[in-house]
Amino acid sequence: MADTTADNPHANPARWLVVAVPYLWLLLFFVAPFLIIFKISLSDTAIAMPPYTPVFGGWAAISDFVSELDIENYLFLTEDPLYFQAYMSSLRIAAISTFLLLLIGYPMALAMARAPNSIRPILLMLVILPFWTSFLIRVYAWIGILKPDGLLTLALQTIGLMGPDEQVEIFRTDTAVFIGIVYSYLPFMVLPLYAALEKMDNTLLEAANDLGCPPWKAFWKITFPLSLPGVIAGSMICFIPITGEFVIPDLLGGADTLMIGKTLWTEFFSNRDWPLASAVAVVLLLMLVVPIAIFQNQQKKVA
Amino acid sequence: MTKNRLDATVLTLGFAFLYIPIIILVVYSFNASRLVTVWGGFSLNWYVSMWSNQGLMDAAWVTARVGLLSATFGTILGTLAALTLVRYQKFPGKMLFSGMIYAPLVMPEVITGLSLLLLFVAIGVDRGFWTVIIAHTTFTMCYVAIVVQSRLLTFDRSLEEAALDLGCPPVKTFFQITLPLILPAVISGWMLAFTLSLDDLVIASFNTGPGATTLPIKIYSQVRLGVTPEINAICTILIALVTLGVIATSIGTKRAEVRRIRDEHMALRTGS
Amino acid sequence: MAKTLGPVKRKFSPWTDPASVPFIRFENITKRFGNFTAVDNLTLDIYEREFFSLLGPSGCGKTTLMRMLAGFEEPTEGRILLQGKDISGVPPYKRPTNMMFQSYALFPHMSVEKNIAFGLKQDNLAKGEIDTRVEEMLKLVKLEQFAKRKPAQLSGGQRQRVALARSLAKRPKVLLLDEPLGALDKKLREETQFELMDIQQTLGLTFLIVTHDQEEAMTVSDRIAVMDKGIIMQVATPAEIYEAPNSRYVADFIGDINILEGTVTQTDSALGAPGLVRIDSDGLSVAAEQECQAVKGDHVAYAVRPEKVRISQEQPADTSLNAAYGEVWDIGYLGDFSVFLVKMEDGRIVRAAQANVSRLVDRPITFGDMVWLTWSRDAGLVLTR
Repeated sequence: MADTTADNPHANPARWLVVAVPYLWLLLFFVAPFLIIFKISLSDTAIAMPPYTPVFGGWAAISDFVSELDIENYLFLTEDPLYFQAYMSSLRIAAISTFLLLLIGYPMALAMARAPNSIRPILLMLVILPFWTSFLIRVYAWIGILKPDGLLTLALQTIGLMGPDEQVEIFRTDTAVFIGIVYSYLPFMVLPLYAALEKMDNTLLEAANDLGCPPWKAFWKITFPLSLPGVIAGSMICFIPITGEFVIPDLLGGADTLMIGKTLWTEFFSNRDWPLASAVAVVLLLMLVVPIAIFQNQQKKVA
Repeated sequence: MTKNRLDATVLTLGFAFLYIPIIILVVYSFNASRLVTVWGGFSLNWYVSMWSNQGLMDAAWVTARVGLLSATFGTILGTLAALTLVRYQKFPGKMLFSGMIYAPLVMPEVITGLSLLLLFVAIGVDRGFWTVIIAHTTFTMCYVAIVVQSRLLTFDRSLEEAALDLGCPPVKTFFQITLPLILPAVISGWMLAFTLSLDDLVIASFNTGPGATTLPIKIYSQVRLGVTPEINAICTILIALVTLGVIATSIGTKRAEVRRIRDEHMALRTGS
Repeated sequence: MAKTLGPVKRKFSPWTDPASVPFIRFENITKRFGNFTAVDNLTLDIYEREFFSLLGPSGCGKTTLMRMLAGFEEPTEGRILLQGKDISGVPPYKRPTNMMFQSYALFPHMSVEKNIAFGLKQDNLAKGEIDTRVEEMLKLVKLEQFAKRKPAQLSGGQRQRVALARSLAKRPKVLLLDEPLGALDKKLREETQFELMDIQQTLGLTFLIVTHDQEEAMTVSDRIAVMDKGIIMQVATPAEIYEAPNSRYVADFIGDINILEGTVTQTDSALGAPGLVRIDSDGLSVAAEQECQAVKGDHVAYAVRPEKVRISQEQPADTSLNAAYGEVWDIGYLGDFSVFLVKMEDGRIVRAAQANVSRLVDRPITFGDMVWLTWSRDAGLVLTR
């Protein structure tokens, strides 16, 4: 009922331009590419540039085109265990990282929400500020720290926790990838959690205490359940992109760090196998359909 | 109060984790030594050599132009999208539309990048400066849409109705009433879009072409070859720019807040 | 002897003249939002220079009705005539009506004078003319020295006056006011009510006001339409609404009233003619002198307002008066009035209000006292709806 001018049949017809322009833009540059990637994943690798047989060849070519579609790229994905392992490893790394992020982010968000009103904006800015600085730079900063002859080794040697000949063996391992992911995605986890915790009515906890519920129990019975929308939003915002993460495993991970984003990058840029890279992307997208749907649902509730 | 002390500890550790790597990076950009672990004294060497590194400077210039243009396009499209999300209750494909706004926010960059590239190849567009701009516009507009949407949700519609009621036609009402009032959100949407564009490696890598190497692509290729203090220097400059921007904005907000409080006092003093 | 209902505010009653033409006419208006019917086949006439109120609880459709006149909503069925012309399909920015919004809707980024000038600028008036008109308006609402301020720098009462000035600046044929005084505190509200009436009469405009505050509606209006669930229950002058409500709903909605359900036992005249009606309400027999709208055996309600009921410790001598006997159950002291809740033998409660005309009382009535309540035959009213 609130939106009345929109229902007004006499409203300016130019109004529909407001809808049409972003709608068409997204259809053309976001949805259409998915249809194309799906088609190309079903085509043969060719030597020519672009390295796949063209899919647009006029209407006459359509029947040929349909008969040429094959699922050979997908079959290849199942034949080579490397791909399956990469998918599983991506999901595992994303799940563990998301859990670690919750473990670190929740106490931070809670501490921020409980902080005095006067310093909350400053804390909030401190969380947001790293988000404004380049992702690439922040990952890069860790290389200098984690390298065997890097600053972490130096620091540990200086305080005597490590002998002068020992070195930290983290760089180019999964551990480094976890550190990098947690570091890069922490603001994304803290912000939705803080948003959910901050708007919670403090008198709820007072009421619980008043009714005889001790503080730690009140946390699990009141605070945590009410912050669940933030937990879900934060987890999805982290989990989905981490699954397809490329920069972090590439810069911090080792040769044996399997992540599907890296695999896709290699297929595309090194092996120049576009159809196979497309098939890898399509499968990744299908894996993420459910988390994305959960995320969208959550966002709609908030809006 | 143990609870307060616990909270303080958590926040101190958390922020130390977030900021120490950045601080180290900044500090070592002034290191005279090429070695990361050796402090060779204060020096501006790396800033000088960065300045004379033509490839790096070209990339910075490309990035700045890509950022300005794509942030501007993204802001226009994103503001329209936010209006659509908030103001148009029902139209065919509304579900699809809001899906297209939310999905790019979490979509792994490799998918977005690759699929857009395949579109450009399919329609026979040469990759380069403009394809990067289109790619960045597409994903930044969604962020802008979210930022502007949250402002529009709290917008008092009766302001627009009042303008219409006083004889102002709808389009004019948008430019005279709505836009000035949501402008702060539109500007922060633009800044967000600009930094996202500045920051992007993956999508740009897929969609760039000859002569359109952006700074992240350049940094990435140098980083793969090993840590160079030159990169530290350019990173420090980027961090300084962003920090200045954020501080300027927050001072602006603070000013507005002070003005608001002064206005309220003025209103109270003058009574009814 | 010809009697009238209550005081007469001003000699203005075009609605009693069958020759007069309505200024605004809502004709069989229905408005549906999905499955919800906000306004249900409503017909209403409003006359030029009238101060008209739509009164009702929230959700009764009064705001929707006003917004249809302003052009923000289009009726699902029916049509709206302004000076005899159908205005359906005319967008709000082309209608000769102006509205004062409940939230005031002052443009926060414009000064007071810019706000007031906004509507005039849309008409492309010459700058000099706009300036004169703005000055005139500022003077009218006594805000000359605040012209350069932004709305945030004004108090609630000042904002209300800017909103009024802005909506009056274009000299609309009809001014619509949506809960215009709702955001003001009680004292300021009362002052402003009289200011509004003054302005309306000075400028000679038609005012349509939407409110849920019956006191506000009673004070300012020439006529009131009491609405409920999308239909109009009664349209009449404030005095008629109060003294001669046409239904239980209106009687109950306006002011305080005792309602006794009962059955008609005797009528001494034909239907519609003035005469005596006797009603039995569970053993309590009451009589009313009025135009009879019911016949013997009908189930009706008998309504009498507390201030028309006298309370006394002595049995009344005059047997023509209606009387009830009971125990004082509770007393509410309101300063100007005291309200006595008297419980009759069957447990029903009748309220009597008495003006506290003197500061000192000889023998005060108190809890537990047995008292007589009396009221004349023309004090109460038989309601058939």
